[in-house]
Amino acid sequence: MSIAAAKIEAVSQPGLPPMVTIDDVTMAFGSFVAVENVNLTVGNGEFLSIVGPTGCGKSTILNAIAGLLKPAKGEVSIDGAPVKSVQNNIGYLFQQDALLPWKTAFQNVELGLMFRGVPVEERRVKVMAWLEKVGLKGFEGRFPHQLSGGQRKRVQMAQALITEPKVILMDEPFSALDIHTRHLMQNELLRLWQEDRRAVVMITHDLEEAIALGDRVVVLAAGPRSRVIESFGVDLERPRNVSEIKLDPKFMTLYRDIWASLRGEVEKSYASR
Amino acid sequence: MQAVNVRLIQVALLTVLLGGWQLGVTTGVIDRFFFPAPLDIVQQVITWVIDPGFYKHVGITLSETVLGYLIGTGLGVAAGVWLGLSPFTARILDPFIKAINAIPRVVLAPIFVLWLGLGLWSKVALAVTLVFFVTFFNAMQGVREVNPVVLSNTRILGARRSDLLRHVYFPAAASWILSSLRTSVGFAVVGAIIGEYLGASAGLGYLIARAEGNFDAVGVFAGIIILAVFVLIIDLLLDCRRKAPDHLAPQGRRRTPGLSGSTNVR
Repeated sequence: MSIAAAKIEAVSQPGLPPMVTIDDVTMAFGSFVAVENVNLTVGNGEFLSIVGPTGCGKSTILNAIAGLLKPAKGEVSIDGAPVKSVQNNIGYLFQQDALLPWKTAFQNVELGLMFRGVPVEERRVKVMAWLEKVGLKGFEGRFPHQLSGGQRKRVQMAQALITEPKVILMDEPFSALDIHTRHLMQNELLRLWQEDRRAVVMITHDLEEAIALGDRVVVLAAGPRSRVIESFGVDLERPRNVSEIKLDPKFMTLYRDIWASLRGEVEKSYASR
Repeated sequence: MQAVNVRLIQVALLTVLLGGWQLGVTTGVIDRFFFPAPLDIVQQVITWVIDPGFYKHVGITLSETVLGYLIGTGLGVAAGVWLGLSPFTARILDPFIKAINAIPRVVLAPIFVLWLGLGLWSKVALAVTLVFFVTFFNAMQGVREVNPVVLSNTRILGARRSDLLRHVYFPAAASWILSSLRTSVGFAVVGAIIGEYLGASAGLGYLIARAEGNFDAVGVFAGIIILAVFVLIIDLLLDCRRKAPDHLAPQGRRRTPGLSGSTNVR
């Protein structure tokens, strides 16, 4: 009890040990500069939401952390180690389906452990435990096309979290789901995350989602040459219920403040089209 | 009701066609030398089918087809995956591949006979050149069309290059190859038969060539019928095999209809 309480407290403190450091990073594709001079620090156990208008280069930041893209300038480091290539100590929840269509739910969740050379029996136990955790007990033999969108998301969650990553990256993870499934999955995610808090960087264009899930919300400017314009601490108690938290007066105040900051950028991004 | 009617009309059509032909031959309207009587052809087919020696020819054509298919598919997959993975090499080799693919494969038959003799292997080689390109292009397409998100995800999960090949690229290519199975087997048969027809000492194509050499139109027609049945049986066997699991269908285009169109009747 006391440990959990201490943890929750630690999150709201600004001085918690940094897990991800983005130091003066510029991402460019040829002459097109997506994001410029971005500085961000994500604390260990902190849930960071990044919001911004579409096309502002939100995803490039995640891909830089994952090591999928190299920054044109600046450096990203995870737990003190600079990111040079594709990172294996992270979990990445993509917007699109990222499951292998020719593998069953079980085999998909198993991948990370298999690549790490975990023995078969240990793998089986862990995979079954994780499938049960995400509410897919009995579905282990199904192929992705035999699962619903929400169920596929659950498999993806189990797949990303089973390797116990240091950082979890999420790129609009629930945007393809219908609103009820989305709330369900958001609560599910919070429940799983609450169990052993890890650093999370989530990108979204849904401000409600950003506030409801995050400890901090960062607003990006309209692209190109996007940068961080403001950062808001989310002072809402955990555990939270995503569908009810929206009625909290604190939530509404936060929403108004952040939207005031975000609105100008959204309008700019439309004006430039 | 509809199905029964279709069948009835089909049978009636066949009866009229063959009956008219037979009638034409017996009354002398149709020249027996060029268009032998259907009954004679049927007789010839029966003589062959009850002759144990005939199955040697079937066996040879079959082994040429199977060998040509297996070798052609194997090489096609290997080359397709390789070039799919290295776009640079693919760009370099592209004009050469196009040029080789542009050669009508039939004209290669004499060269293969020269190199490999009149036996089995010159036919296998011809079948391989036909099958190779079907599989090659499909495998390359399969590798190139692997969803980049799936690829990134698998890499983040810790996959090395060999893991990617085994768990992502080969299954992706396999799904495309499965969908082109019928086409490539068809090509294997064509390769084997043409090879035999142009120069061989055994096989179904050889039977036709020999009959032609003797101005034996009955033999040629009987050979054609045997060949048609041969291909139909292979097609039927493939139909069972083609009940491949759905998850192996290429992403975005599940269940391509059969090329021969025979599946549409059912």
